[in-house]
Amino acid sequence: MKTNDVIFQTVAKIVFFMIIFFAIHLFFAGHYYPGGGFVGGLLTSGAIVLLLLAFDMKTVRRGFPVDFKWLTALGLLFSVGTAAGSLIFNVPFFTHAYDYFQLPLFGKTSLHTAMLFDLGVYLVVIGVTMTIIQTIGESE
Amino acid sequence: MINAPILPILIPLVAAVVLMFLSKSVKAQRIVSVAASAATVIAALFVLKKVRENGIQTVDMGSWPAPFGITLVSDMLSILLVLTASIITLCVVVYSFRSIGSGREAFYYYPIVQFLLVGVNGSFTTGDIFNLFVFFEIMLMSSYVLIVIGGTKVQLRESIKYVLVNVISSALFVIAVGYLYSMTGSLNMAHISSRLAEIGADPLVTVLAILFLIVFGLKGGIFPLYFWLPGSYSAPPAPILALFGALLTKVGIYAIMRTYTLFFYHDQAFTHDILALLAMLTMIAGSIGALAYKDVKQILIYNIIIAVGVLLFGIAVMTEESMAGTVFYLVHDMIIKAGLFLLGGIMIYAAGTSNMTKMGGLIRLYPVLGWTFLVASFALAGIPPLSGFTGKLLIVRAGFESGEYVGAIVVLLSSLAVLYSVVNLFMAVFWKTPEGELPKKKTQMASLFIPSAALVVLSVLYGVGTEAVYPYVMQAVDALIHPEIYIDAVLKE
Repeated sequence: MKTNDVIFQTVAKIVFFMIIFFAIHLFFAGHYYPGGGFVGGLLTSGAIVLLLLAFDMKTVRRGFPVDFKWLTALGLLFSVGTAAGSLIFNVPFFTHAYDYFQLPLFGKTSLHTAMLFDLGVYLVVIGVTMTIIQTIGESE
Repeated sequence: MINAPILPILIPLVAAVVLMFLSKSVKAQRIVSVAASAATVIAALFVLKKVRENGIQTVDMGSWPAPFGITLVSDMLSILLVLTASIITLCVVVYSFRSIGSGREAFYYYPIVQFLLVGVNGSFTTGDIFNLFVFFEIMLMSSYVLIVIGGTKVQLRESIKYVLVNVISSALFVIAVGYLYSMTGSLNMAHISSRLAEIGADPLVTVLAILFLIVFGLKGGIFPLYFWLPGSYSAPPAPILALFGALLTKVGIYAIMRTYTLFFYHDQAFTHDILALLAMLTMIAGSIGALAYKDVKQILIYNIIIAVGVLLFGIAVMTEESMAGTVFYLVHDMIIKAGLFLLGGIMIYAAGTSNMTKMGGLIRLYPVLGWTFLVASFALAGIPPLSGFTGKLLIVRAGFESGEYVGAIVVLLSSLAVLYSVVNLFMAVFWKTPEGELPKKKTQMASLFIPSAALVVLSVLYGVGTEAVYPYVMQAVDALIHPEIYIDAVLKE
C-alpha cells in the first residue's frame, strides 16, 4: 500500500517556519528574557528534524546544502574568535564590549559582543544535534 | 601581554577548530597540528619565564574581579606541568604520522588530540573548581573518542567500561562541588581556601576531602579505584596510550595535590594518614601487576600505578621536602612514561606481538632502540644520574624524617619492582634468543624513533640538570606549602 503523507507534509511546511521564527525570537531575547543560543539552536534543529520526519534525508539535504560538521566548526570559530578578540585590545580574555545604537526600524537597540558568542553556541548546537541525528539515521 | 596564561589553552583550541575544517586533507592536518603543538610549547616557555620573573600570573576572564569571575592562575607548578604536557603532545603528534594509520587520521584524530591538550592545559591552569570540572570533561570526552577511534572489538569493549567509570566519577565530582559550594558559597579556589580556613577543622570538611579523594582517585588510578585502568589503557594504539599514560592520571594527581594543599590541610592527622595508606597499597598493587604480566603494554601500565602511589605518598607526607620531591617526580614521570610507551610501541611494531615471551633478539636488529630503552628504564627506576633519582630521594628522605618509615621503605621496594620489571622486559625483548625466526629484514623506523628518543634525551637532561631545575621546583613548592601566596595572588589583597 502506498502511504500518502499529504496532510503531514503540508502542515510540516507551515509549522517549520513557525518554529524557526520562534527559535530566532528565543535566540535574540536571550539577553533580557529566558532563551539564548542553546535553546534557540535546539529548537532550530527541532524544526529541521520535523522536516526529516515529513520528507526524507535526501530532500532535507537539498534544502540545507551544508555539512553540519562544518557548521559546528564554524560555530566554535565564532565563539573562540569573540573571546580572543580581547587579545587585540589587550584586555583580559573574554572581555565583552557593548553600546547603544539608533537603528532604523528597531529604534534604540543595544548591541553586545556576547551576541556573537551566542551565535557560535547556536551554530554548534545545530551542528552537533543534526550530525548526531543524521549519522544515526543513515547507519544501517 | 596580560593574557599570557591563556595562550597554552587558546592555541590548541584554535588549532582544533581549524583542523576540523581541514578534515579532508591529511597533509594539511599534519602541518597544522605540528605547528600548533610547537607554538603551544613556545607559549608555555614564555609564560614560564614570566612566572619565574614576576611570580604567579593571573587572568580574570571577562575583566570580572577575582571571586566573582573565572580566574586562570599560572603558578610555577601549573606552568611546569603545562610545559611538560605540551612537549609530550608535540612528540606524540610527530610519532603519530607514521603509526596511527590513515583510517584514524582521516577521522578527526588530530583535532581530538588538540582538544585533549586543551582539557589538560586548562585543568592545570584554572583557578575555579567548577571550571576544573569543565576542563576535566573536555579532557575526558576527547579521551573517550581517542579510546574508541578505529573501532576494533577490544576498543569498543574497553571504552564502555572507561566511559561508565568516568561518567560516575564526574557525577560524584559535581556532587562534591555542590557540597563545597553549599558550605563556602564560592567556586573560586583561592576564595574557597580562605573561607575554609575560617570554618577550620569541621568534620564536614573532612567528609568533603574524602569525597574529592574518591573523585580524583578514580581519575588518577589510586588503589581500590584503579580497577578500570589496566584494561582500558591496553585497548588503544601506542601514541594514544602514551598520551593517556603521561597526561590523564597525572591530572588527577595534580588535582589531589591542589585540593589537599589549598583546601584540606586542617585535619591532616586523618586525611593524610588515609592518603599515606592508600599510597602504599597503590604501590604494592602496581608492583604485583608489573611483576606478574608477560605483556609489554601491561607491564608499562602497572608502572603508571606504581608512580601514582609514589606521588601520592609524597603528597601524604606534606613537608616542604616531600612536596619538592613530588613536583620533581611528577614532571619526570610524565616525560619518561610518554617516552617508554612510545618506545614500547616501536618494540611491539618491530616484533609483531606484545607478548614478551614470544619476542627476543631485537638488539641485533635495533641496537640504538635497545640501549635507549635501557636508559629510559634506568631513569624510570631512579638510577642516580638520571631523572627519577632526585624526586624519589627527596620523597624517601622526607618520609624517614617525618616518621613514615613503612611508606618510605615501600617506595624503595617499589623502585626495585619497577627496575626488575623493566629490565626483565629489556632482557626478554632484546637479549633472549627468539623462539621463532627473527624477522630478517630491518624496518626503517627513524620517524618513530626520533620523537620517542627526544623524550628520553629530555629526561636525561632533566636528571643531569637537576641543579638548574631546582629553583623552579622550589618556587612551585613555595606556593603549595604556603597557600597564602596563592590566595593573595588571586584575590589581590
